[in-house]
Amino acid sequence: MPTVVVTDAKRRLSLYLVFACTVLGAGAQVLMKIGASSIDHPTLGAKLLSMIANPPLLAGYCLYGLSTILLVLALRHGQLSILYPVIALTYVWVSILSVVIFHERMTPLKIAGVAIIVIGVAVLGRSSKS
Amino acid sequence: MSTPLSSMALVFVASFIGSFGGVFLKAGAHRLDKTNPLGVLRNWRLAAGVFAFLVSSVFFVMGLREGELSILYPMVSLGYLWTLVWSRIFFGEPLTRGKFAGLGLILFGIVLLGLGNR
Repeated sequence: MPTVVVTDAKRRLSLYLVFACTVLGAGAQVLMKIGASSIDHPTLGAKLLSMIANPPLLAGYCLYGLSTILLVLALRHGQLSILYPVIALTYVWVSILSVVIFHERMTPLKIAGVAIIVIGVAVLGRSSKS
Repeated sequence: MSTPLSSMALVFVASFIGSFGGVFLKAGAHRLDKTNPLGVLRNWRLAAGVFAFLVSSVFFVMGLREGELSILYPMVSLGYLWTLVWSRIFFGEPLTRGKFAGLGLILFGIVLLGLGNR
């Protein structure tokens, strides 16, 4: 494996890239949920067709593709053991978007869960400064 | 509603396979070459990483068809735990107290989210 000099700036950039990756991933999940609700056809053929001619679903896949590219760019200079768990931030955005877009209920348990995940990510981010 | 063992097994397998997605993506990312952008198309490690994520999502969806989200959701994040181990083995990344603390908090938060989704 080629040894590259990893500066603090690059390490920080990796974290920002994964951060953007989680935002895109959450957007993808929301779009896929919107798209999936219109796939309700009895036959397999009609089901496949409705999956292909389905703009929200396709947009969701595109966002997933984009977020994977960002993840790869982040992994070039960051530690996998730090960046991979940061993807858990996706849960946070999805929880918030579910309330805003689908009017799901935000319970105290969910708020606590979201807050603790954010603290966990912050702790991980700090540990990237060696 | 109870969670069948088969669902737990499927989600367990999904988290295991998915954790290799990150490993392959990182291995592939190290071999990216700015002077040869088309090389990305011949980078089998990146392809393997994406493939691992796809296979993992199939197992995940099959597992989620039955069972409680409060149990299955946190199980998905077991993948973060595997990743800590693979990062040590394959990339020599140190296992620090900060990483365990951060990961522990994230897992706990996901358990709460799962319980909140009941």
